[in-house]
Amino acid sequence: MDVHASLRGVTRIYPARAGRPPLHALGPLDLDLRRGEFLSVVGPSGCGKSTLLDVVAGLALPSAGTVTFEGQPVLGRVPEGIGVVFQEDASFPWLTVEDNVAFGLRRAGTDPAEVRRRVDYALGFMGLADFARAYPAQLSGGMRQRVCIARTLVLRPRLILLDEPFGALDQQTRLLMGDELLRLWRETGATVMLITHALDEANLLSDRIGVMSARPGVWIETVQTGWPRDRDSTLAARPNFGAVSARLWASIRGESIKALGQAREGAGR
Amino acid sequence: MADGASALAAAERQDRLEAWGGVALTVLSLAALWQGLHYLAGDSAIASLPATLRETWHLLSGPRYWPHFRETMSAFLWALLIAVTGGVGIGVALGGHRLSGEVAEPVLVALYSIPKVTLYPVVLLFFGIGLNAKIAFGALHGVIPVAIFAMNAVRNVNPTWLRTAATMNLGPLQTARHILVPATIPEIFSGLRIGLSLTLLGVMIGELFASQRGIGHLLMTSIEVHDVRRIMAVVLIVSVLAVTLNALMLAIDRRLHRRV
Amino acid sequence: MTKAAWIRLALLAAAIGGLEGACRAGWLPRTAIIPPTEMAAGGWRAVASGELNEDMAQTFSVVAIAIMVSLAGGFLVGFAIHGRPRLRRALDPFLGAYYAIPHFAFYPLLIVLFGLGPGPLIALAVMFGVVAMIVATMNGLDRVPRVLGKTAQVMRLTGTDELWRVRLPAALPHLFAGVKLAIAYSFIGVIAGEFILSTKGIGHAIAFAYDNFDARSMYGLILFVLLLVASVNLTLHTVEQRLIQRRSR
Ligand SMILES: Nc1ncnc2c1ncn2[C@@H]1O[C@H](COP(=O)(O)OP(=O)(O)OP(=O)(O)O)[C@@H](O)[C@H]1O
Ligand SMILES: [Mg+2]
Repeated sequence: MDVHASLRGVTRIYPARAGRPPLHALGPLDLDLRRGEFLSVVGPSGCGKSTLLDVVAGLALPSAGTVTFEGQPVLGRVPEGIGVVFQEDASFPWLTVEDNVAFGLRRAGTDPAEVRRRVDYALGFMGLADFARAYPAQLSGGMRQRVCIARTLVLRPRLILLDEPFGALDQQTRLLMGDELLRLWRETGATVMLITHALDEANLLSDRIGVMSARPGVWIETVQTGWPRDRDSTLAARPNFGAVSARLWASIRGESIKALGQAREGAGR
Repeated sequence: MADGASALAAAERQDRLEAWGGVALTVLSLAALWQGLHYLAGDSAIASLPATLRETWHLLSGPRYWPHFRETMSAFLWALLIAVTGGVGIGVALGGHRLSGEVAEPVLVALYSIPKVTLYPVVLLFFGIGLNAKIAFGALHGVIPVAIFAMNAVRNVNPTWLRTAATMNLGPLQTARHILVPATIPEIFSGLRIGLSLTLLGVMIGELFASQRGIGHLLMTSIEVHDVRRIMAVVLIVSVLAVTLNALMLAIDRRLHRRV
Repeated sequence: MTKAAWIRLALLAAAIGGLEGACRAGWLPRTAIIPPTEMAAGGWRAVASGELNEDMAQTFSVVAIAIMVSLAGGFLVGFAIHGRPRLRRALDPFLGAYYAIPHFAFYPLLIVLFGLGPGPLIALAVMFGVVAMIVATMNGLDRVPRVLGKTAQVMRLTGTDELWRVRLPAALPHLFAGVKLAIAYSFIGVIAGEFILSTKGIGHAIAFAYDNFDARSMYGLILFVLLLVASVNLTLHTVEQRLIQRRSR
């Protein structure tokens, strides 16, 4: 097995802050991301999914355990070759859409003609060609999220981490964007880790789905979907599609109830 | 959860300890800076800390200088009262009426930015020498920031909250009591905090000229006869007063803002 | 121009006209206030006569230096404190109370430290302007969404690049509030310093006119200063509004 990134015994505890005790958000957990695989992570709200993404990307240091990417330890800096699309809107409001998308390429000193070519392609790909000169403030939330996806993809990362990238999109666009993401994944051979709370989406897109417990998040199950590499949203019509979704829901239901309880307790304080 | 509660209490204790430690360190650094400047610039520019403290004690211990402090304090309180009621009144009115707010905002901002000391002769001509001129001058400094903050506070009230109040059939008084006041108080309070400092400064600048009493007058006479010790002592007294008032208001401010 | 701007202009014109009328009709004592037209004439005479050229040169150069030092220094110090939350928490009560401290009391010290020229005045104005910029810088940096910082990290930007390309533009609208304040405060610091302590500059000229019962020059110069500062401020305000408008969602 060709391991692209791996976590060993990783936990993350947010330190105490003004009037708040320390918070154990994640782990301990292990993870091996295989090169070229499409892994989804599902889990109840607040279980530490975004925290997991931060740790894998090198945006946060684990409180215990180790992280490696392409054989090198990840030590509080983001290694070259990782691209991240965040849960929140991360478009730069002071740049036009095309300048947003070109941002990383220009910082990396890419040749202007090449920047132009890749940006135009990405804008077309993401359905943003007509808005190249617009500022993010003029776009809808879903379009801004697409700007962020394009900005990440033009850099051709070998490992793509996506945190609820389709959260702001309507269901139809969501399905179409999922298909595009699958196509891109096949064409580039990148490894993808997708965080989502939509069980069907995880089912549709992934080779493998990790199900997390309520906080502190640990794996409670890993589900292999067994879908062919060449797939798209028509998968949903297959008879065993429902079975996978049902299995995911069965394993996550209890945890979601627990997470809701945690939230109520937090509110009660 | 018992252990959760005790962990929270421990975290809060730790937090308070750190806050006080930080303040103590800041005071020590300021004292060190002061002494450093004293050694660098000499006695004729900045009195040493011990000498200043002795002078401060001298000023505060006997009743001889109390009238000055009393005079400044009463002018300050009157000015503050005027600045706060006037500022909140103006701000709430302008915040509540969109067009008036748009008309007035640049004027307020421009008024805030002008060197108000140039208006001092005008104030004197209108109010004459004495308490009234100081009060007017202090209020003039404080009223505009209070008004600007209050205006923005009212403007930023989420219209959905008002619609929610309407769906609950709240009358205007109830809406004010349960929606508008709690929604605007934190921001208005921040304005008061800034207005307070500027009002105090305004009153003291007002006392610099054409006044026979007050901290500002004390300061001006000390500057004229170059009594560096007294200058520093007065600055120390004013600074301690301002920092204490401000720290108190900051604590309240934080508490108010934590909820929103 | 917007409707609000027209109304503002009309109100201002009415106020000035009213004052003019009240003065001419003798409702206001001439010893206290003179008609705006006479103020304007007095201001024009004082400025155009050339007698004040030296004072104006002094005031404007001092203000310009103070503004630059306040902006650059305030940004750097604010940035440094922002990265140290504990230091910041300890400083907060002091920063908030800062503007109540009568800074001109430090003038003797400043003269010893900076000599007799414009140095002490610059220092006084910087003391006044810099803290507004420090506070605004910290507030502005606070409002930069954390996710933008993370994005910069993912793009592997270095410290200065991150600051220059991401943090600064993200905080810009908020920093602008500080720029406005620092400029206004630098003006206030210089004019007030001249008024109270100096023997040169526009602020001193106003005090001098006041002491000599020269109401025309005094009001004329006050008007000149107010118009100047207000127009600088309005220009900045307009730029700021544009900036905010482009970004508001
Ligand atoms: N910077 C932080 N400081 C302290 N606690 C944090 C911080 N970030 C997140 N947390 C807490 O850690 C826990 C996990 O947060 P995280 O954002 O990883 O959850 P998530 O699974 O991504 O949630 P969601 O599904 O809502 O996005 C939550 O309880 C959250 O409140
Ligand atoms: Mg999340």
